[in-house]
Amino acid sequence: MYIVEVKNITKNFKDTVAVDDISFEVGQGELFGLIGPDGAGKTTLFRMLTTLLKPMSGYAKVLGFDIVKDYKKIRKHVGYMPGRFSLYQDLSVEENLKFFATIFGTTIEENYDLIKDIYILLEPFKKRKAGKLSGGMKQKLALCCALIHKPDVLFLDEPTTGVDPVSRNEFWEMLRKLKEQGITILVSTPYMDEASLCDRVALMQKGKTLSIDTPENIISRFKKPLFAISSENQYSLMQNLLAYENRDTIYPFGDFLHYTDKRENVSTDEIMKYIESLNCKKITVKSIKPNIEDCFMALMEEN
Amino acid sequence: MKQFLGFLVKEFYHIFRDFRTLLILFGMPVAQIMLFGFAITNEVKDVKIAILDESKDNITKEISSKLLSSGYFIAYDNLKSVKDIEPEFRKGMIKEVIIFEPNFSGNLLKLGKANVQLIADASEPNLANMIVGYTSSILMDYQKDLAKSGDIRPSINTDVKMRYNPNLKSVFMFVPGLMAVILLLVSALMTSISITKEKEIGTMEVLLVSPLKPFQIIIGKVIPYLLLAFVNAFVILGLAQFVFGVPIAGNTVLLLLESTLFVITSLSLGIFISTISNSQQTAMMVSLGGLMLPTIILSGYIFPIENMPIPLQIISNIVPARWFITIVKSIMLKGAGFEYIIKETLVLAGMTVFLIALSIKKFKTRLE
Amino acid sequence: MEDNKIIYAENLTKKFGNFTAVNSISFSVNKGEIFGFLGANGAGKTTAIRMLCGLSTPTSGKATVAGFDVFKQTENIKKNIGYMSQKFSLYEDLTVKENIVFYGGIYGLSNKEIKEKTDYLVDILKIGDARNKLIKSLPLGWKQKLAFSVSILHNPKIVFLDEPTGGVDPVTRRQFWNMIYDAASKGVTVFVTTHYMDEAEYCNRVSIMADGVIAAMDTPSKLKESYNVKTMHDVFVKIAR
Repeated sequence: MYIVEVKNITKNFKDTVAVDDISFEVGQGELFGLIGPDGAGKTTLFRMLTTLLKPMSGYAKVLGFDIVKDYKKIRKHVGYMPGRFSLYQDLSVEENLKFFATIFGTTIEENYDLIKDIYILLEPFKKRKAGKLSGGMKQKLALCCALIHKPDVLFLDEPTTGVDPVSRNEFWEMLRKLKEQGITILVSTPYMDEASLCDRVALMQKGKTLSIDTPENIISRFKKPLFAISSENQYSLMQNLLAYENRDTIYPFGDFLHYTDKRENVSTDEIMKYIESLNCKKITVKSIKPNIEDCFMALMEEN
Repeated sequence: MKQFLGFLVKEFYHIFRDFRTLLILFGMPVAQIMLFGFAITNEVKDVKIAILDESKDNITKEISSKLLSSGYFIAYDNLKSVKDIEPEFRKGMIKEVIIFEPNFSGNLLKLGKANVQLIADASEPNLANMIVGYTSSILMDYQKDLAKSGDIRPSINTDVKMRYNPNLKSVFMFVPGLMAVILLLVSALMTSISITKEKEIGTMEVLLVSPLKPFQIIIGKVIPYLLLAFVNAFVILGLAQFVFGVPIAGNTVLLLLESTLFVITSLSLGIFISTISNSQQTAMMVSLGGLMLPTIILSGYIFPIENMPIPLQIISNIVPARWFITIVKSIMLKGAGFEYIIKETLVLAGMTVFLIALSIKKFKTRLE
Repeated sequence: MEDNKIIYAENLTKKFGNFTAVNSISFSVNKGEIFGFLGANGAGKTTAIRMLCGLSTPTSGKATVAGFDVFKQTENIKKNIGYMSQKFSLYEDLTVKENIVFYGGIYGLSNKEIKEKTDYLVDILKIGDARNKLIKSLPLGWKQKLAFSVSILHNPKIVFLDEPTGGVDPVTRRQFWNMIYDAASKGVTVFVTTHYMDEAEYCNRVSIMADGVIAAMDTPSKLKESYNVKTMHDVFVKIAR
């Protein structure tokens, strides 16, 4: 049995299509990522799976229960962390956690094992009001609250958005530990680099899925040879390559430009020669393995 | 049940941690009743009156001196004829004219009945009411004394005329009206804000995705404000009675029960408002514009209903405060028992059932 | 040399009660530079930006922005800077045109200038028919690009961008940086915060704040060299841990 099963699900808000005919399955114990920018439909999809919204067409099952008919059963067994910080700012860390434990009919003590690793970091501040916590702390508390009733499946809507890279790393570390304890996790994020931390991902754009697979498979499906190019003046190099007739795509990536060529089987040397002809200095050209962001942009171009 | 209690505890935390709102909720009734109370009571002292004595007998003289020695009134002038009344009022120097009919004592002693007319300047309605009230009670006192001393049962007929603003409310009218306004404010406004707040900060999403049932959320939101409103009702009645001497002629328990009914009506209105608004701001605007204004203007609190244009009279029927004010007036001022206010009670109960049913139907178990 | 420094801060400090949010930071930004202002959540970035924009008075230290003192000449500073953040930039319930007219108006542009700018923006952003659409109906990418254009509508000397590309798709994110480069090439100084470490590489210089102090500040390549790592992401992780 799939933990989450989504079949041709569609959702409109007036005349905008937020989720457009999406299907996928998530298996027991999987860490599944929905990767895409704002407006891709991630939140709407999550709200449907957590029974907060009804689909216009198609269906979805969570833990075998239908999201429309059996919504009450689903609500007992899922943990949900919405995109916005949604805890009570005027309650303390401890009070928030206690509250969420009670409404799910459990206690902090009963499921303490599950949240122990995370809660230990919060313990020194347990009397502090949630509104006075730093961003990273709020995020940890929200995760504890979503976990306190020991859900079978966890829906985390953009838990790392606006969070600095170090806190993001820590957060993913926690997710890996939860996964080891057998909890199925669905997480959405606009940060492409986080895709590689998931077992499988759905790349989403404008309500549609561009690709659903393991990160490795998505990368291996990137057809063209990809080159990373740098020179002393990246900006002028970029302008020159944009004007180059053989260029297919060119995107800046940190201190390199990621480049694909229209010609088949083009070599590093050939590109090197062309760039040298542009009077650039300190040139490096190397053939590289694409990352998820390269794939995402390539898939965006295709659609 | 434990889940529900947990929810309730959280609601109380919210209320007690928002100190400023709490201060307003408890401070407001006290402040308002003090303002109203003192604004009214302070004024009746050395009010200038004029007496037109068309009888000039012993009894009218006695009554006049009793009035003038009461400390409330001073004689501004003794009038010679009815024609003098209007110019005196116009000058604005006097607030009341007392007219004894010709052969006052003769009528009183022989027929057992005599007429006195009180004309008050009602451009200041509260004051006019007070003056007439004081005058009447002095007349009543005199009548009682007279009855004790003799074997006849004389009756002094007072005919009251208000000038410039003939329909005005009774002296103690502000207490029922104030109760209606405060209870409505605490119940409807605060519940609707407290529910929409959860929508706004996003916690409603989390609550919906929990096993809490919608009615548990609703009841959990309602109970704290029910208690708060009850405390407020107590405070208002207490202040009215002990500070300003407004009597509760009827049964206090009945009055509190009826107040509880009105609070529940207001709470269900609050819940209803929260189901149709998505932000605290909207909830507040709807509560203030849609509830407070009708309650102040159309309930008979300030403007008498009988005096309104017919369309407004019809609309006033759907204002819960209208019925509640009638109930409070009947119990507090007239000492009426339950049998006299069955209709009003049923109307309020009916409104409550209707609103609760509507709210539960409209309360969304989802976000759309 | 002094003339070239458009932002200059010396021992700038801000305390809230016992808590020191910004602890004696000193740095300068040159005219036309793209300056990346990075740091972990709660490291003091927002407080520092608020002081530089004249929204918050420093507890101690010195700073000038566009030649004006952050203690005394905040009104002058506000006239010479542009500001855009991910959270708030344009009014959702106004149309594209109305937003441009509004911002043009508060910065004292003439009607003629506003009209010219509107046409120009509609043209370069390829907004076309959307000029009379409400902002909330536009895709995020458009909104952010438009918000940036509006923030430099009045030709400010400096523009402060607070996480301008958060949640934007990768292609639009790059288009956005093209706009930043364009603005910089026209002499606008860009002061930008971001959580995308690849974007840190696009900056001329980067400072990384940690616990209220500037822990590192240099060009991206020199930072990577001195920390002996390959990417800015690794530099960040080393410093912020």
